[in-house]
Amino acid sequence: MDNLVFERTKGLTKKEFSYCPGCTHGIIHRLVAEVLEELNVLDTAVGVASVGCSVINYEYFDCDMQQAAHGRAPAVATGIKRVNPENTVFTYQGDGDLAAIGTAEIIHAAHRNENISVMFVNNAIFGMTGGQMAPTTLPGQKTTTSQNGRDPYVVGMPIRMSEVLGQIPGAYYVERVSVHNPKHIIKAKKAIKKAFQNQIDGKGFSLVEFISTCPINWRMTPNDSLKWVEDSMIPYYPLGVVKDGDKND
Amino acid sequence: MAKVLMKGNEAMALAAIKGGVDAFFGYPITPQNEIPEYLSRELPKLGKVFVQAESEVAAINMVYGAGGAGARVLTSSSSPGIALKQEGITYMAGSQIPGVIINVMRGGPGLGGIQPSQADYYQVTRGGGNGDYNCIVLAPENVQEAFDLVKESFDLADYYRNPVMIAADGLIGQMMAPVDIDKETPKLDLPEKDWATTGMKNRRTKENKDVDPNIIVSLSLVDTVLEEMNLVLQKKYTHMRENQQRYELINIEDAEIVIVAYGTSSRICRSAMEILKEEGIKVGMIRPITLWPFPEKAFAEIPESVKGLLTVEMSMGQMIDDVKISNNGKLPVGFYGRCGGVIPEPEEIVNAVKDFLGGLNG
Ligand SMILES: Cc1ncc(C[n+]2csc(CCOP(=O)(O)OP(=O)(O)O)c2C)c(N)n1
Ligand code: SF4
Repeated sequence: MDNLVFERTKGLTKKEFSYCPGCTHGIIHRLVAEVLEELNVLDTAVGVASVGCSVINYEYFDCDMQQAAHGRAPAVATGIKRVNPENTVFTYQGDGDLAAIGTAEIIHAAHRNENISVMFVNNAIFGMTGGQMAPTTLPGQKTTTSQNGRDPYVVGMPIRMSEVLGQIPGAYYVERVSVHNPKHIIKAKKAIKKAFQNQIDGKGFSLVEFISTCPINWRMTPNDSLKWVEDSMIPYYPLGVVKDGDKND
Repeated sequence: MAKVLMKGNEAMALAAIKGGVDAFFGYPITPQNEIPEYLSRELPKLGKVFVQAESEVAAINMVYGAGGAGARVLTSSSSPGIALKQEGITYMAGSQIPGVIINVMRGGPGLGGIQPSQADYYQVTRGGGNGDYNCIVLAPENVQEAFDLVKESFDLADYYRNPVMIAADGLIGQMMAPVDIDKETPKLDLPEKDWATTGMKNRRTKENKDVDPNIIVSLSLVDTVLEEMNLVLQKKYTHMRENQQRYELINIEDAEIVIVAYGTSSRICRSAMEILKEEGIKVGMIRPITLWPFPEKAFAEIPESVKGLLTVEMSMGQMIDDVKISNNGKLPVGFYGRCGGVIPEPEEIVNAVKDFLGGLNG
């Protein structure tokens, strides 16, 4: 077909996503899948699904996959990559998974400069379990376990994982992106590509943090969610490169 | 035959290499540190992987990843560290990932101590992980057997696609003994690891270009599917129960009392049996080598002459539950144990046998 202008990426299976309407997990999946296809690594890729709404993304990505215990995906990825360094290994983790229960595993994967790519989806809430407070929940944000809004006096201020990871000597590349509009989606894809290219080039630990929506648990319409990303999330979680080993050479 | 004087922990580390280990992931804890120390030195020389993880939780999840990617993988720890590994172990069992876990047991509970103990019997045979799962658990009695069992354990793990545990204790780990390091151990016919996540490329052939992703997973949100997945595991466990029960019977013919003991306890009981023999008291021993599957079959071989079973453990009585189940109410079951890292003297066991016998005759 000469006039083919768009085709579904080969990086995704035919399985329909189970995400809620307006959830940006789906966009991030597609971007990751497109990058795997474009870098021609689908055939050598091994993904690690974490525990969260994306837990069954082993049914969505069309490559070998392992499903990891909650928070442990970076350790699982370490095991895979260390024994088969020729594989392109990535994790896909939520903010409950990466910023709460899995802090030790992500910090030490970065610390060891594991040559893996981490897709970190920050929607400021525990989506899968029904909208509980996450370490990333914004001050004043209402969740099922912070019903009057997050009180920083009681539970502290939200953690900025990219900044935490960016100051670890071992981390090679850390960037925060958003997928709330086409302009940012294009930027996000570039960041994903860099994170995977770094791995292919043997440069080491690369992480992309995505500011993502959870309309269901935020109790907002999909449109309001996108606006909330712009107005509330991004001011607290500034977008851009936090660390880039290429620039420090 | 090359016999080399080795510490138990080093012998187990070397056995792992001889058993074809590709990668080790672990976190330091006494009394098993010679295992990671030895492997940190030797594995890189062989082009193999050694990673000191940030915790036992991370280490076992690295084992999960590497085992799921088709490698032969080892982790080792001691009691409190094994407690942390339980999460990963149930995930391995559920996702059918082979791997070997060495537990060089020390006294508990809590931080406990660093002296030898068998107080993790429940931990290794019942598991602390969630769900219906089992690991094959092998309990060596001495350094040579520790070497043999570790070497063989990789085949067992691959054969069943299931974690295998070695339940050693601090004495076996720290003791020096001559080891035949060229000893052949049983080998199994192993199928290809066509389930491993090595990338789809590795499975594409000229004839078959269409391959499906390999997925390592223990999850299903559909109850009937999860039940099916469980039944697959249960079928393996049944096979293990039927084919992997291992034990040694020592002098049980016309014995009056049969001791049941494993690992370091059984070594000490052997000395006690010598003393008792000289005194004309007929004592035999069932020595479980597999703690799971527990060697129930051994109990069918107990002769008529036996009046009672005496379980001896370096714990306050854990294996005794399995002894009672296997005995099924037939004979009186007694117990002698020390704990906290105290190793019983043979004389204590001699007295325990006499007391037990006296009670039975009395
Ligand atoms: C050990 C353990 N603790 C708790 C849970 C329950 N749990 C499942 S998902 C989840 C949080 C997921 O939140 P996040 O990582 O932010 O992903 P999201 O669902 O928002 O995409 C929790 C706590 C679990 N599966 N395992
Ligand atoms: S609960 Fe939230 S994160 Fe999960 S699928 Fe729905 S919108 Fe997305």
